[in-house]
Amino acid sequence: MTDIATRQHWMAVLARATQGEIDALLQQAGPLPTHELLKAPETGTVMVEGRAGGAGRRFNLGEATVTRCVVRLEGGAMGFSYALGRDGRKARLAAVTDALLQSEIETGPLRRGVFALAQKQQAARELASRKAAATKVDFFTLVRGG
Amino acid sequence: MTPNDTLIGAGFADPVFQSQGAFRALLAALSEPGLACDLGDAVVPPAGLEPATAVALLTLADYETPIWLPAALRDGPAGAWLRFHCGAALVDDPAKAAFAVIDGAATEPKLAAFNAGDDQFPDRSTTVLVQCAGLDGGEAVTLEGPGIAGQRSIAPTGLRPAFWAEVEDNAAVYPLGVDVLLVHGAQVLGLPRSTQIVEIR
Amino acid sequence: MYVAVKGGEAAILATHDLVAEARRGDENVPELGVAQIREQMGLACGRVMNEGSLYDPDLAALALKQAQGDAIEAAFLMRAYRTTLPRFGSSEPLDTAKMSIRRRVSATYKDLPGGQVLGPTYDYTHRLFDFTLMDQAAPAESPARPATQPLDASMPRVPDILGAEGLMEEEAPPAGDPRPFDLTREPVTFPADRDVRLQAMARGDEGFMLGLGYSVQRGYGNSHPFVGEVRVGEVAVEYVPEELGFAVDLGDVTLTECQMVNQFAGSKEVPPQFTRGYGLSFGHSERKAMSMSLVDRALKAREFGEAATYPAQQDEFVLYHSDNVEAAGFVEHLKLPHYVDFQGELELIRRIRKEREQRLADQQSEALPEAAE
Repeated sequence: MTDIATRQHWMAVLARATQGEIDALLQQAGPLPTHELLKAPETGTVMVEGRAGGAGRRFNLGEATVTRCVVRLEGGAMGFSYALGRDGRKARLAAVTDALLQSEIETGPLRRGVFALAQKQQAARELASRKAAATKVDFFTLVRGG
Repeated sequence: MTPNDTLIGAGFADPVFQSQGAFRALLAALSEPGLACDLGDAVVPPAGLEPATAVALLTLADYETPIWLPAALRDGPAGAWLRFHCGAALVDDPAKAAFAVIDGAATEPKLAAFNAGDDQFPDRSTTVLVQCAGLDGGEAVTLEGPGIAGQRSIAPTGLRPAFWAEVEDNAAVYPLGVDVLLVHGAQVLGLPRSTQIVEIR
Repeated sequence: MYVAVKGGEAAILATHDLVAEARRGDENVPELGVAQIREQMGLACGRVMNEGSLYDPDLAALALKQAQGDAIEAAFLMRAYRTTLPRFGSSEPLDTAKMSIRRRVSATYKDLPGGQVLGPTYDYTHRLFDFTLMDQAAPAESPARPATQPLDASMPRVPDILGAEGLMEEEAPPAGDPRPFDLTREPVTFPADRDVRLQAMARGDEGFMLGLGYSVQRGYGNSHPFVGEVRVGEVAVEYVPEELGFAVDLGDVTLTECQMVNQFAGSKEVPPQFTRGYGLSFGHSERKAMSMSLVDRALKAREFGEAATYPAQQDEFVLYHSDNVEAAGFVEHLKLPHYVDFQGELELIRRIRKEREQRLADQQSEALPEAAE
């Protein structure tokens, strides 16, 4: 049994990963397990909501494409994937990964793989932030008179 | 994992064509009231739902259509199944439901408890799926109204004694009122709000 | 008599082929890849996502390729595709305070917590051609050099700073935090509430919103705006699938947010304060977000007891004319065959001309005998 926050974290990492990255991750853990498609990969939309002024009344900003997939492993574990975009194969691999992760111990190969992906994503975010930080303004004031 | 996880069966194998086929049949059921239509056996329903109820909701319900279910169904596999496949919210208040499933033999809730729509948007009423013991073999009820050339007779079984009086009251508030689908097995029979009850024998 | 006319099938098929050729242009020039458009024409993709009301950078790039760069035609393709997709639900409201900032500037405060971050902007370029871009040179390494430290993890939204002093109009959800109105599902009625207005403007034409925003500044809207803040960056989208019951992070979208601050002299009910206009858009699209925030404030005229004298203050005018797919459809349909309508008009004009000539001739013949006297 995994706590929800841990599962939310790996689902977020998988949502940001590419199909190739998830594929490589799964290969580290062995052959792709047999699984039933409870919901075959399907592309739809989610209406993205904003708030007026950032914190006020909710409004609909516009939709975003989202692809989802739900699988069940032979042992009965269900895996879910919901992510932006239209990559059905990525959704299926991510759902299988989600199902496997739920029964894997913390030091298992998938957990370690997700951790590595999370670090990679964090490093990319930090680099972008440092590049933005290079454009931060240093004001200096010219003092005139006494 | 929640205990319900292992209970959820598959939905449509071919969502596009199976839901379109079912939609066509539901359209026929409501446009020719009293004629039973077959919704097929595309899915294995969860406990408590007739096959036609499951197919109809899989076809029509989504996250924007709250569903009302009797408490026993709501808290059981049927509720989990509908949440999973339709993404629909299950509501406690019958008046907030876009779709409802009731047991035809139970005394509550009455048809009048559901949303009858309002003058501006009569179409926002609840569609009530009434699961009953059979669509023939019961007392004969004669229907009249749009979609019926002359009159049509039906004889469903397993409905509560006051059911037809409720259907009459529902027709009386037209253009408001709920639309009713009688369901048994894979069959569905439409009783839209425009249908009048002429005689019960 | 009504005469139905058929024909033109062969001509229409031929035009499909010809427009494909026109789209491709000179075949000696390498064809554009969709990924190239997505990566190198990102601002155009942002516009197409906004006006197509669908966040998907790959599709926006494809739309631009297919439409030969016509932004409105591309938005139309996005809208048409959107209608083929099932909607799974609505996201949790975005939290722009948690944005991974790439750009954030304020015109009202110099020293704000987190600082002024110029980010990738054309504002300080000289608008001189860079002819080196003409060359198909090998890709150079990015000249952007990172600072040693990243930006502050949390950057407060600027209006929230004034809000703490009580000088700023408060933005709080109404009681119960209701689900927003969705104009793609329900007909709009007037007066329109703020959620309807913001949705319509978010998908509205950038040029139309820009013109209206400009009109507000030029005196057709009684406004004294300052940019409280513009921020651009990535924000996570969260969605709660009914069957899971907890929020799932779907990934990041790029957003631009503008908080416009306006002076307000007060009314009988409301003390003098700063009032707010809000703009939010997909992608890096500052002009759109800023224009939207100007018009958002102008459309609050009724709420503040101001006279709604100017176009930008009238919700019906703004909302009914901002959608460029609708507008283009109605304007451009005029070029489609109106042979029968026009035949009717032609006959009408001929008849009244004839009647007029007859009338003039009759008047003349009545007048003539008098003139002869």
